[in-house]
Amino acid sequence: MALDKVTISIEEGEIFGLLGPNGAGKTTLIKILTTLLLPTSGEAYVGGFNVASEPNKIRRVISLVSGGETPGYGILSTSENLWFFSQLYGLSSSAAKEKISQLVKDLEFEEYGKTRMSKLSTGYKQRLNFARGLLSDPRILFLDEPTLGLDVLTSKKLRSYIVDWTKRERKGTVLLTTHYMAEADEMCDRVAIIDHGRILVCDSPLKLKEKLRENVIMKVEVSSVQADFSFMERMAGVVGSTQTRSIQTNTTSLKVMVKDEDVFSKILSRLEQQKLRISAVNKAEPTLEDVYISLCGRGFEDQAEATANA
Amino acid sequence: MREELALNLRATYARLWVRIKGGNREPEWLIAEMIIPILTLSAYIYMYKMVNAPPEFSGFVIIGGTMIAFWSNVLWNMSAQFYWEKETGTLEAYFVAPVSRMAILLGMALGGIVNTTLRAISILVVGLLVFQVPLMIYEPLTALLIFFLTLIALYALGMLFASLFMMYGREAWHTANLLQEPVQFLSGSYFPIGGPAVPYVVQLLSSLIPLSFGLDGIRRVVILGEGIANTWLNVVALVIFILILLPLAKAALNYMENLGKKEGRLTLRWQ
Repeated sequence: MALDKVTISIEEGEIFGLLGPNGAGKTTLIKILTTLLLPTSGEAYVGGFNVASEPNKIRRVISLVSGGETPGYGILSTSENLWFFSQLYGLSSSAAKEKISQLVKDLEFEEYGKTRMSKLSTGYKQRLNFARGLLSDPRILFLDEPTLGLDVLTSKKLRSYIVDWTKRERKGTVLLTTHYMAEADEMCDRVAIIDHGRILVCDSPLKLKEKLRENVIMKVEVSSVQADFSFMERMAGVVGSTQTRSIQTNTTSLKVMVKDEDVFSKILSRLEQQKLRISAVNKAEPTLEDVYISLCGRGFEDQAEATANA
Repeated sequence: MREELALNLRATYARLWVRIKGGNREPEWLIAEMIIPILTLSAYIYMYKMVNAPPEFSGFVIIGGTMIAFWSNVLWNMSAQFYWEKETGTLEAYFVAPVSRMAILLGMALGGIVNTTLRAISILVVGLLVFQVPLMIYEPLTALLIFFLTLIALYALGMLFASLFMMYGREAWHTANLLQEPVQFLSGSYFPIGGPAVPYVVQLLSSLIPLSFGLDGIRRVVILGEGIANTWLNVVALVIFILILLPLAKAALNYMENLGKKEGRLTLRWQ
């Protein structure tokens, strides 16, 4: 089952984030809400319309931008592609022209207006994808992993554009799916964390992180990529942990969430018993990933690994 | 209602524009599309000349070669289009937009007709000039009527196949491959299907294909100089095909879209 008893309600003008590891059910949910998939049970409404019985009414008020997708036809230029898609939403040619020049200016790719889409870089293709999604002035904008595979600068640019579009210009509501914690943290008014098709928690990023204040989060860097850290899973007082191994530097970065600092001292002792060299120990501020760790006992990357090995 | 019609007309025009623009940007296709059919057509004409077949047989081949261009276009550039759109990732954009799928397919079809008409005209002109085939057109309007009815019936059949392509991807691709040559054969593109040499079963099967009636009708009017008095049955048959195929195509598209949405395969690539 891809989704299980999901209940969410998104307010108008809100940027709502669905955060979860790969395979959690984010894209399934977005496909249901954008009328690309029918729910096997339950009901879903978008803009007040039922996804199963009123798909055409929904399509008039929504738009979807997916990360890593082709934004149009390679043989057409950027402007030609945008004109084509504007016609699918009934814009008059003059309105479309005006809208296109505004969007390419706002998204900073005016100089690529006459460039064939096939010759655009990944970053500019995604700008085109965003422009395509915003052409029809949607009331509700769905962003499915919109910054997937983009460089830091382009991602930042697109994120701030969407925040402006929603908050400053008050143009619409956004449902964002992502597995980038920082993205959800930076953009969203509220976030729902989803795992195995279930919503685990839903609140503002600040409130979600606040709830972790009673715990201690520590980062430890250990000089080994082969060491076994599974003892932490069985240790009392450990809320959860993640590990990121780097073969290049022969190090493992551990992030451990514990009930109190005494528990962490015990962890350090166990690491020393294993004769592992600890190169750094830092206290960390709670992030949205820590919220996920506190709920599932593991991080997103570990989940992806577990799914891949399953 | 009026707003919806305007929206769908815009979508149709835009998709037609993409097809024509794309074709113009890659003119290389014109060479292959024109030369290869002329070679096939020449082979048949030389063969008929060698066996001293009546001269109108050369005309039959040229008309057949011209019309088969439209069949190839229906099969590969229209029916298969949703499959290509799915593979390249643009199908999702169509299905999220508030436009009718039929409007998009109509745009593809009209764009395809414009491009294919160029190919068909070139085949016709080269064929007539090189092989000196005499035409006997006494009722040009009847010829045009049968031609347009044939196109509508063919493209309605294309829309029906499009629903299969949309859902079944590669499997439907094989089906199209299976349909290419048999339809070409059964419609009698290079020989008259009604001739005494063709078995009754083959003639019966050919009556299931709108192209057979279209080809037969156009040949009668253009090559044999007949009129509506002798071709009204062809017209009726084509109208029946259209009346059956168009609503069937619409229903099939809706059914396949819903099935795709239920099974999650609508925009699932590489299946």
